[in-house]
Amino acid sequence: MATQVFKLPDSLKGDVKYSFCPGCDHGVAVRLVAEVLDELGIRENTILAASIGCSVTLYDFIDVDSLEAPHGRALAEATGIKRAKPDKIVFTYQGDGDFASIGLAESMHAALRGENLTAICINNTTYGMTGGQLGPTTLLGQVTTTSPTGRNVEYYGYPIKIAEHIALCDGTAFSARVSLDTVANIRKAKQAIKKAFEVQIKGLGFGFVEILSTCPTNWKMSPQKAHERVRNEMMPVFKPGIYKDVTLQN
Amino acid sequence: MSYIVIDKEKCKACYLCMEECPKKLLKISKDTNGLGNHVIEFNDPNHECLGCAMCATRCPDLAITEVYRG
Repeated sequence: MATQVFKLPDSLKGDVKYSFCPGCDHGVAVRLVAEVLDELGIRENTILAASIGCSVTLYDFIDVDSLEAPHGRALAEATGIKRAKPDKIVFTYQGDGDFASIGLAESMHAALRGENLTAICINNTTYGMTGGQLGPTTLLGQVTTTSPTGRNVEYYGYPIKIAEHIALCDGTAFSARVSLDTVANIRKAKQAIKKAFEVQIKGLGFGFVEILSTCPTNWKMSPQKAHERVRNEMMPVFKPGIYKDVTLQN
Repeated sequence: MSYIVIDKEKCKACYLCMEECPKKLLKISKDTNGLGNHVIEFNDPNHECLGCAMCATRCPDLAITEVYRG
């Protein structure tokens, strides 16, 4: 008799249909978050602070209580929720523009304060929803609608390496960067997301995961080529790995 | 016998699953779904499927909804 080895997570709303573009890794990231909520058994006790960007639609897909935040302020809002209801599990799911450009102050200070929160940041090196403008993580030389000749250092400066910066904050308990380009890396990403929730449950501090993702539409590539770009261009600059884990230090 | 279940209405034709299948059992169908996409279909006449669930893990749109190993 065949045993079931894969099913859709219970934390996803019934018969959910994503609104993401074909081949977008947001879909995988959302499923991983839902699987982690299932495995930790915390869905009924979890509150989402939703962000702005392609990540905004998460509350349509995951069956948890959620509040929408102004652009970039998801972690400020999450701080308020967590301090008012410290027994709840609070997390944010943001894009790189939301987390590291518009909301950099809120994000960095949430980590510096050591808030017991979990933040998931999807890094696709562009502003996906608004049409592929230059974002804080856009790679050097990358052509976007607002850098038509490619990002150059003289005019635009360097891309931010979010996971390393968050790891330097003393309040951070866990900071990692993962990729979704292969099935093996998807499994590693799930472990990192789980760890980021576990440090919050244990009250150790700020848990953060940066997920390298694709944007086939704005990169103007097929989903297959987009994953090759993640491997060949993004991962040498944004190196995957665990940058801080206080549970190992102890 | 291992097999997968595909929800064709969710398939957006990115075809990422085709590359992942170690036995190359996923093929592009001639049929289209409500989105107008040529959806993926599971073609396993010799019962080669391993039930590894790599296709379902890769699928970004939850179109592969169940995997059974046996």
